[in-house]
Amino acid sequence: MEKMSRVTTALGGSVLTGRTMHCHLDAPANAISVCRDAAQVVVAGRSIFKIYAIEEEQFVEKLNLRVGRKPSLNLSCADVVWHQMDENLLATAATNGVVVTWNLGRPSRNKQDQLFTEHKRTVNKVCFHPTEAHVLLSGSQDGFMKCFDLRRKDSVSTFSGQSESVRDVQFSIRDYFTFASTFENGNVQLWDIRRPDRCERMFTAHNGPVFCCDWHPEDRGWLATGGRDKMVKVWDMATHRAKEVHCVQTIASVARVKWRPECRHHLATCSMMVDHNVYVWDVRRPFVPAAMFEEHRDVTTGIAWRHPHDPSFLLSGSKDSTLYQHLFRDASQPVERANPEGLCYGLFGDLAFAAKESLVATESGRKPYAGDRRHPIFFKRKLDPAEPFAGLASSALNVFEIEPGSGSMSWFVDTAERYALAGRPLAELCDHNAKVARELGRNQVAQTWTMLRIIYCSPGLVPTTNLNHSMGKGSSCGLPLMNSFNLKDMAPGLGSETRLDRSKGDTRSDTVLLDSSATLITNEDNEETEGSDVPTDYLLGDVEGEDDELYLLDPEHAHSEEPEYVLPQEAFPLRHEIVDTPPGPEHLQDKADSPHVSGSEADAASLVPVDSSFSLISVSHALCDSRLPPDFFSALVCDMLRFYAEQGDVQMAVSVLIVLGERVRKDIDEQTQEHWYTSYIDLLQRFCLWNVSNQVVKLSTSRAISCLNQASTTLHVNCSHCKRPMSSRGWVCDRCRRCASMCAVCHHVVKGLFVWCQGCSHGGHLQHIMKWLEGSSHCPAGCGHLCEYS
Amino acid sequence: MNRGGSSPSAAASYLLCTNCRKVLRKVWCHSFPSNFRSSSSLLLCNSQPTSTNNLQIFFKDKRIRVSQPLTRGPSAFIPEKEVVQANTVDERTNFLVEEYSTSGRLDNITQVMSLHTQYLESFLRSQFYMLRMDGPLPLPHRHYIAIMAAARHQCSYLINMHVDEFLKTGGIAEWLNGLQYVPQRLKNLNEINKLLAHRPWLITKEHIQKLVKTGENNWSLPELVHAVVLLAHYHALASFVFGSGINPERDPEISNGFRLIPVNNFCVCDLANDNNIENASLTGSNFGIVDSLSELEALMERMKRLQEEREDEEASQEEMTTRFEKEKKESLFVVSGDTFHSFPHSDFEDDMIITSDVSRYIEDPGFGYEDFARRGEEHLPTFRAQDYTWENHGFSLVNRLYSDIGHLLDEKFRMVYNLTYNTMATHEDVDTTMLRRALFNYVHCMFGIRYDDYDYGEVNQLLERSLKVYIKTVTCYPERTTKRMYDSYWRQFKHSEKVHVNLLLMEARMQAELLYALRAITRHLT
Repeated sequence: MEKMSRVTTALGGSVLTGRTMHCHLDAPANAISVCRDAAQVVVAGRSIFKIYAIEEEQFVEKLNLRVGRKPSLNLSCADVVWHQMDENLLATAATNGVVVTWNLGRPSRNKQDQLFTEHKRTVNKVCFHPTEAHVLLSGSQDGFMKCFDLRRKDSVSTFSGQSESVRDVQFSIRDYFTFASTFENGNVQLWDIRRPDRCERMFTAHNGPVFCCDWHPEDRGWLATGGRDKMVKVWDMATHRAKEVHCVQTIASVARVKWRPECRHHLATCSMMVDHNVYVWDVRRPFVPAAMFEEHRDVTTGIAWRHPHDPSFLLSGSKDSTLYQHLFRDASQPVERANPEGLCYGLFGDLAFAAKESLVATESGRKPYAGDRRHPIFFKRKLDPAEPFAGLASSALNVFEIEPGSGSMSWFVDTAERYALAGRPLAELCDHNAKVARELGRNQVAQTWTMLRIIYCSPGLVPTTNLNHSMGKGSSCGLPLMNSFNLKDMAPGLGSETRLDRSKGDTRSDTVLLDSSATLITNEDNEETEGSDVPTDYLLGDVEGEDDELYLLDPEHAHSEEPEYVLPQEAFPLRHEIVDTPPGPEHLQDKADSPHVSGSEADAASLVPVDSSFSLISVSHALCDSRLPPDFFSALVCDMLRFYAEQGDVQMAVSVLIVLGERVRKDIDEQTQEHWYTSYIDLLQRFCLWNVSNQVVKLSTSRAISCLNQASTTLHVNCSHCKRPMSSRGWVCDRCRRCASMCAVCHHVVKGLFVWCQGCSHGGHLQHIMKWLEGSSHCPAGCGHLCEYS
Repeated sequence: MNRGGSSPSAAASYLLCTNCRKVLRKVWCHSFPSNFRSSSSLLLCNSQPTSTNNLQIFFKDKRIRVSQPLTRGPSAFIPEKEVVQANTVDERTNFLVEEYSTSGRLDNITQVMSLHTQYLESFLRSQFYMLRMDGPLPLPHRHYIAIMAAARHQCSYLINMHVDEFLKTGGIAEWLNGLQYVPQRLKNLNEINKLLAHRPWLITKEHIQKLVKTGENNWSLPELVHAVVLLAHYHALASFVFGSGINPERDPEISNGFRLIPVNNFCVCDLANDNNIENASLTGSNFGIVDSLSELEALMERMKRLQEEREDEEASQEEMTTRFEKEKKESLFVVSGDTFHSFPHSDFEDDMIITSDVSRYIEDPGFGYEDFARRGEEHLPTFRAQDYTWENHGFSLVNRLYSDIGHLLDEKFRMVYNLTYNTMATHEDVDTTMLRRALFNYVHCMFGIRYDDYDYGEVNQLLERSLKVYIKTVTCYPERTTKRMYDSYWRQFKHSEKVHVNLLLMEARMQAELLYALRAITRHLT
């Protein structure tokens, strides 16, 4: 840490100064405790028991309480506590079940005062009464708590928790007679020190052991508990029934919890395992720690606030054999590192983002369109004046909505629903899909399907209309011309392009074509058409100015699910225009203008004796006539698929992949396929097209995809006897304690597929029933019903 | 022996006892047309097939089919009627089996354990969870790991069981030919398997690091924890199988036929011991000298005395430490003398290993338990139970990396530790806490785990020598357990009580292994 701040606090006469500092202990610490004067700290562990003076710059070892040559087990401390009234009085709990008190006032080297050996198992915790000088309480693994009067040799009273091991005992700070104890089985008990026969109150606080508890220093009724279930809970005990008022979810089991002085809602925690940091939480903000001390390299075992009225000094001991003094000011604050902005696309193109208010205010000036184009819905969180971090937490939520109708993705849904992917001969599938595409006005896609049919099926059956259609247009405009034209006219944007297209005549079909081209570009055709009706200036400005913002914030593109599909947008309109207007299957054309594939095109040309500027019809016929194997095209088809996918139309890519099946699959690497499948399935599921997505999953050959249906598929079933849902396992009802579905053939529980006759409702294992019905037509249950298996 | 399934036609091979080298039986390795094979294995998945030849489907018998072992009853040590009686009454067990069994049959382990239904439930539940429920490892791998674990103790019973399940869950049959056929990744588990089974205290964070180090065959931590839990579970279960003399399942031939893996290479000598008759007479005459009734009385007396003494007697710390050391050291001599005694053929070990066909699942078969406290050596630090407890540390780590298993194991440990019927042999209303704790801690003591708050003098008082011999054998060299050992201790006690002892030993062993492994993982993490 580079900058060490120094804090000086004046507290009623005494002055605390210090900085973040640490010292090495010789052995791992198990617990620490601070002296009343806030100038000394005692560290105890299996093989360490020392007192350190906390000086301004460093810790200074003051006293080693482990004396004698042979360290006894009595000194192997599980816990240590310093009396808050008497500076000379300490108590330790030993792992062998002994409670030892120490009197620093003794003149001899050995400060050991009393030895209580009443517990049979490890003592987990000792606690002095906050105001009474001679009362000590201990809680042990053997399930007992004992109260000792230091003036006597034995315990005064024994409290039996009647449950498992005691993990923590704490005297209430406010109520003289009350103490709380926590147990390994998750219970918390409240006792009156005068009544050892039974506890005043008991409740289950955690699932699993409750490792620690701490009474709130000011608020009489509040008790914080921490458990193995990784939770810190704050209970209000003042009410009739203990009520959980706050709950903090940490990332590891909670070993210690300590309220922060002078901060009503703050508490410090450290964990038992895995996590080494010390956290300070504001219980009202249970998800992000208010402060975090990350110095320790092993689990922190003991924490203590240095002074009961000073919130800035925290001491901690750890298994890594160090003792630290943390300064609250030096703590890292995760809140600051958290990203306060959120951004999300809605399914139909709505975009919402939340950001710090200040941020939004300044940025909205920079992006005028954010305000003038749409009307953002604007929420503002109500501020709670008591909230200390109100400034941080207030944020604005903006929602940009797509104008009704404009952003419809109905073509996607329609296509998904109507496409036929399997179950018919390839030619029929292609024809069907081409028809679907054409009806939806996506002529280019339709053409692709037709071409696929030509490539992979016999040529004679090609419906001539399609080909004529494409040919007619092809003749109108040459490839190079179009190319240059587009380069020149890129700037005006799509809207003006449309007009240019229109000006070429052939209005009807061309706009339609453009529509489909737009689909390929950004996965949203109507949106683009809509764009063409809107005055172009905003688009223009955006394109020229801040492209990046455009993608993020321009609602035009809001509904494209994967931004990466949008990104190449500017590069593609160019190519797109080309593809669309000239005649021919665009994968061929595609080749023609993209340099990296021109090689394969050249190959094709050399094999087939036609020159490369032929019209489409002649190509296909020539190819088919020469009976080239469909394999010959697979490279082209693959490129075509990649092209579609890159344009954002994974639907097309996946559909073709499924329809063509083995014919192309081997040429596309597994990972790409998987990627396409997952994207498409994701899209389908967002549109709630569960059936289609399931069909796709089923038809996919990729292993990773087809197992999607097997993982995390939950079928909820009800018990056939009591009609209640069966929660834990599908074949056993927890309520009526019997197995639900028995196989009529083998009389065993059916744990997997259960098939039953709809006539007599008897059934069983699929295989068994199949087998059975091969030999007999009667129901295996003997009910006389004539079952059928189909 | 024909193990690899190489001969396609029916071929005979002989199954030899691994100990006495007697021919057990002739094995016919059938070969079936492949389609037949697949269809029947499908059937197997769903329930018990009845006959291999005509795939008839079981119809009339509504009860769960109790597989009949070769010898009488599910256990070679326990008379059949003891187990079966308890069994027929117990609907609860059947229910549990339906609910949790992976094989669909009431196997012998379950039958013996059903003497303690309460425990059985947590046992089956946790076993079902680690084998079948969500977890980082694929199902076949889980079974293969179980096979590897069981192989460390040559427990063919468990191996066969899991070979079946391994294939059923879609495992690659080739792997069953031995370790050299499995992926390197699984092979890497070998080292930790070996250490965990025999000398868990040797596991260090370096072992863990080696496994999780990024590379082609690395293990993720959750996977590793899953594997460790499986290993520990099956090492411990092997202890139970041998300790209770679990008989092989009756119908191994069926699965045997399919997989060409000999199931029963148990010889009577292996389990039920050298020679039953002679043995029985031995027990009768030799041990009969001590009046067994008074033996029981004496034990009860000692327990009572200990309980009373507790308050008065105050052993010094040094005394306590020496007691632990003494106990630790004494455990050295416990078996070493006895092994010799009960296995007059001193070539026992080599014999076993060479002929044993389970050795293909393990490497370094000679590696075995070595006493924690080697004579004269003191360099191994004692594991202080309080510094790394299951409740505080082990649980949190396990549950973090392999969710929910922590709760199941926790429940199981708690269950076995607290299970009591307050009876001892013929006496009722006895607090057996002390005895249970002594058993549990003695097992941990042999693995070098020490409880600060336990007076190891109690072990000496409560556990007689023959019991110590038995405990040591079952936990450290389970494969050497004999019926005589089982019979020679606590002769007044009921069999169900001895099974209870076995459960305690099993869980204590599992916990000890887990603690060492998890501590190493924790150290790796910090």
